[in-house]
Parts: sequence; C-alpha cells; structure tokens
Amino acid sequence: MNLLGFLTRRGSAPVARERLQILLAHERAAFGRSDLVTVLRKEILAVIAKHMAIDGEKVKVSMDQGGDVSTLEIDIELPTNSATPALATA
Amino acid sequence: MAKVLVVTSGKGGVGKTTTTAALGAALAQQGQSVCVVDFDVGLRNLDLVMGAERRVVYDLINVVQGDAKLPQALIRDKRLDGLSLLPASQTRDKDALTDAGVARVMDELRAKFDWVICDSPAGIERGATLAMRHADVAVVVANPEVSSVRDSDRIIGLLDAKTARAEKGETMEKHLILTRYDPARAERGEMLRIDDVLEILSIPLLAVVPESEEVLKASNVGSPVTLNNPASAPARAYADAVRRLKGETVAMVVPTERRSFMSKLFQRRAA
Repeated sequence: MNLLGFLTRRGSAPVARERLQILLAHERAAFGRSDLVTVLRKEILAVIAKHMAIDGEKVKVSMDQGGDVSTLEIDIELPTNSATPALATA
Repeated sequence: MAKVLVVTSGKGGVGKTTTTAALGAALAQQGQSVCVVDFDVGLRNLDLVMGAERRVVYDLINVVQGDAKLPQALIRDKRLDGLSLLPASQTRDKDALTDAGVARVMDELRAKFDWVICDSPAGIERGATLAMRHADVAVVVANPEVSSVRDSDRIIGLLDAKTARAEKGETMEKHLILTRYDPARAERGEMLRIDDVLEILSIPLLAVVPESEEVLKASNVGSPVTLNNPASAPARAYADAVRRLKGETVAMVVPTERRSFMSKLFQRRAA
C-alpha cells in the first residue's frame, strides 16, 4: 500500500468537513450581503434624495468579493438641473 | 406563558416529524401540557406518526380560516393526558394559511398549553417561514451529512432574519438535535463527528439521537418513540433533550441500546 492510500484510509469525514467549511464561508457571505446591498441602496437613495431629485431606478449598488479585497460600487446617474430648491436656498 | 418551539431543518427526511412527536410526547410524559402542530400543508404526516390519522376531522387551515374553532380541531392523545395534536390539511395548498390567521391561532394555542411545537415543512419557502414565524425557541434537526448540514446553515440564517423575534431585534434561541448519528462510523472517520457539526453550525447541542431501529418500529405502529419504547436509545436522547429545554442540567451523552446478557447471548439465533 502506498503512502497516499494509507492517508486516504483515514476516512472521508475530514473531506466532508473541509468542503462544508469552504462552501459555507462563501454562502454566508453571499446571503448575508444580499440584504446589506438592499439596505445600503435604500439608505443612499434617501440621503441623496434630500438634496437632489434622482430617479430610484438610476441608482446601482453592487458588492464584489475578491480574494483579498472586496469592493462596493455605487453608480448614480444624475439628471441635469437636479438640485432641489431646498438645496439652493441652504 | 407558553413557549413556542419550531422543529426545522431545511432538508427533508432528517427526522423533523419524528423529533416533533418525540419531544411532544416526552414533554407530556414529564407532566407538561403540549400541542404539536403540523405546518406541512398538503403533505401532512405528524398525524400518522402520532397514530391519530383516523381521528382527523378539522385541521389547521379550517381553524385559520374560521371554519372550525380550535377545540374542534385539536385531537387529544389517547395515551398521554397532556398531549394534543393540531393536524395539517392534506388537500388544501399552503397559500390558504394567512399571516394574520396563523398569528391568531398561535395566540390561542399559547393561552391553552405550556408548550406549542410546530413541525415545519422541508424547504425554505413560505410554509417553513410561517412555521418558524412565531417561535421563541428553534430546534434545528440535522444528520451528520454534508447536504443536511448545509441546509441547516441556511435555516439558521432564516431564523435570525425572518422570525417575529428577529424582526423585533430580539435573539432567537437555537438548538441542534443531531439525528441518525453512528458513533462507530464517526470514530472510523466515515461520518462527520459531533464536534465537526457543532463547529460548522455554531449553535448549542440539545441532543444526539443515535441511528436506531426503534425509530422505524415506533412510526410503524403510530407511536412517538419516547412512548413506544422509553428505554430505547433514541427515547432516552429525546427525554434528555426535553429536560434541557425545561432548564435542567443533564450531562450530554450519546445513548446506546441496553442489551441484557441473555439477549447478547441469543442475538444470533434470534436474528
């Protein structure tokens, strides 16, 4: 019996454990974040809407998870002359 | 004040209904008044496991929709005084359960019993979220197997997000019951160990129910395993779980079948 064969004889449970740990680390990030993005989008929209007239459809919030860094991308399309009178007088 | 407990798992076939029946019967055996509620609309089975399938007249949907009063739908167990069953409907679909209607029925049940145990359907759809909605305590049932552990992780996420308690900012008490556990296989490295599952799911352990022939024997005859053979290993695991739920401190052991010297001697011939 070779060395590899000897090692694999230790059973399949450690493999199950490792696969689960890797998978769940990803899934927890994905399912946890999907809610976070919705909340962020709503709150960012509310802050900007206080000062400018913006279209809710034109706000894009996305989150990306890479190996070392995660990025939060916020893309807001502003119409021309979007400042509200409230801001103009302030 | 009654405690509402949901038995949930995500994955099907891991032992939710067996656990609901066993915990309900064990609580009643320990002097508590209990109602077990089947939320698996369309695929009801708790009545069958409890041996009450021929006594169902009205069900949860009838009560939710106001077609029947709660006492008309409750089936009192013939063997245990404190135990009642509220069956699910076999024919209607789960959309017949309204949020407000379920909330009203849960309030009525809280007023009548010490414990209300909700048997959740499998999956993460509306039926499962309705079953957990009003719970104070959750019992997550898992097998030491990858797909079951993964689904339990999803359900734990839902318990922290979609329940009334979570929405009020309160913590949801969660416990794990590990079922179909085989200590010998775990020892040989063929099955996830208790520690592995606990480390991955990070919720406290309520009981370990060993793989046992007694579970099938009990469901064959329509009797909760704690009632059918109280001395069996799964029955003792569930009885200990109930003591822990009641706040008692009980040492955590994986029960094994007790065999007399004579039965060991004649084991081969008897088989």
